[in-house]
Amino acid sequence: MNFQAIKAIYIFEMSRTIRTLIQSIASPVISTVLYFIVFGSAIGSRMQNISDVSYGSFIVPGLILLTVCLQSISNASFGIYFPKFLGTINELLSAPVSYVEVVIGYVSAAVTKSMVIGLIILITASFLVDLTIEHPIWMIAILFLSCVSFSLLGFIIGIWARSFEQITIVPDLIITPLVFLGGSFYSINLLPEFWQKVTLFNPIVYLISGFRWSFFGNADVSIGYSISAILLFTTICILIIWRIFWTGYRIKS
Amino acid sequence: MSNIIEIRELNKVYRDGTIALDNINLDIQHGEIISLLGPNGAGKTSLISTICGITNPSSGEVFVDGYDIKKDYRKTRKLIGLVPQEISLEPFEKVLDVIRYSRNLFGYSNDDDHIEKILKRLMLWDKKDKRIVELSGGMKRRVIIAKALSHNPKILFLDEPTAGVDVDLRIDMWKLIKKLRSDGVTIILTTHYIEEAEEISDRISIISQGKILLTENKNELIEKMGQKTITFIVETKKNLDSLAKKFDLSITKNNPLTMLNYNYKTTDDTFNEFLSDLNKLDCRVLNIDTKEKSLEEIFLDVVGK
Ligand SMILES: Nc1ncnc2c1ncn2[C@@H]1O[C@H](COP(=O)(O)OP(=O)(O)OP(=O)(O)O)[C@@H](O)[C@H]1O
Ligand SMILES: [Mg+2]
Repeated sequence: MNFQAIKAIYIFEMSRTIRTLIQSIASPVISTVLYFIVFGSAIGSRMQNISDVSYGSFIVPGLILLTVCLQSISNASFGIYFPKFLGTINELLSAPVSYVEVVIGYVSAAVTKSMVIGLIILITASFLVDLTIEHPIWMIAILFLSCVSFSLLGFIIGIWARSFEQITIVPDLIITPLVFLGGSFYSINLLPEFWQKVTLFNPIVYLISGFRWSFFGNADVSIGYSISAILLFTTICILIIWRIFWTGYRIKS
Repeated sequence: MSNIIEIRELNKVYRDGTIALDNINLDIQHGEIISLLGPNGAGKTSLISTICGITNPSSGEVFVDGYDIKKDYRKTRKLIGLVPQEISLEPFEKVLDVIRYSRNLFGYSNDDDHIEKILKRLMLWDKKDKRIVELSGGMKRRVIIAKALSHNPKILFLDEPTAGVDVDLRIDMWKLIKKLRSDGVTIILTTHYIEEAEEISDRISIISQGKILLTENKNELIEKMGQKTITFIVETKKNLDSLAKKFDLSITKNNPLTMLNYNYKTTDDTFNEFLSDLNKLDCRVLNIDTKEKSLEEIFLDVVGK
């Protein structure tokens, strides 16, 4: 393993984050706070509790995941797209660095950044609504796994993309709707039975449900399913990345 | 001298069907400076990119210091420094950080003394804290050279290192290249300035349309391919037409003087006969001038075929 290289990629990526600190951290935090004010406090005060949890608290896990998933994708996709765009990826390709090391470097930087954002949102939320976390270790574990899997997905998107627009297509057209429809702001038990069934095909449901379980101890689907779904998703991403590097798809001419 | 790079039947066909490398065989010797000359689109960059791992070959093999570039890519790439033709740099990073990053990528920990030496050698030391966007084009080119040298490569690929570089810096660069060679670094250079190749290289390889047309020691090449034109200005009353026919001379008359151009080759043994014939014709030689065929003319001859 070329640990120097992994460290170098990681530090290089993190320094980009730090250089654009306001943009990187402040903007997701501000938009989340706005969600809380609108949905949590303003509308939420008129809403019933969902399984004994006030609506304001109920939406916290979903909101954190919404931001964290989108951030992971954008961090990792821009992280690898920039070198492609600038041509600096050639240096990476001509260095004694394996693909695994490249992925670890970029993905761990993206994961770090989204974890930090997720935790900042959590802390912010704890000032605005009542929060208790029943399974803190699981909470961190699920948050971490979500960051990893979505950063891997972002990495794939960054390699696939040929323009800046294409980078935002997948998160805007697929991920955002899936997260919204995956029960970020409601329990899927509130849906008519038919739509409950349909919703179970949305992988994000398992993620949000598991994450919410770690906070409140109850969930729409069982925690075992949630963990399996996240691991399955992560594995699929890893397989795709492995395939990409094996064939040099959109990296080597 | 042993070979540090061995290229065997290397082919590269791009996805769009362009044949960039057409069965290339080439041995590069330990410690030499070899120049790859060829017109735009000849395949020079493709060849370098393939050896360095930036593009995958379609077929063929390359060995660097005895290691296969695919199976032992970590070993081969560690030996190689690449100065690419296209300058690509992270615009908002500082010079020093960009160079440290390269060194780390090659598996080495930071060594700021070493980097200081390189930056000073390239006259970039006072720019070390500048961001890349604040540099001029020539300075950026020096930055990519510094990056390539950051891990002490044994082999250095320079893909048009002096394009867009001013005369002073170009001469400095030649000095640097010669210095690196005396440190034992093998250098592979591409350039469109033929006098540059003539100035610094030991061997020259001419490549065109993906094929290597010839690879020769520079001096031998110039000697072998090179013709001298010897110009005589003579004064004579006799007719020189038969002499011109015999030795294939070109003649310009300007009474009372005549200018004769004799094409001299090293393999030539009729020159003495020509001189004695000239004497017999009562020619008084007033002036002699010789002109050698330059590498540039040789290059054009070879590529033009
Ligand atoms: N990524 C690519 N995809 C398709 N064709 C390519 C690609 N890169 C180069 N080529 C083609 O391969 C051929 C060789 O190009 P290459 O860049 O190796 O030439 P070169 O000798 O370096 O030329 P120059 O002196 O202009 O730098 C050209 O016909 C070029 O159009
Ligand atoms: Mg080129």
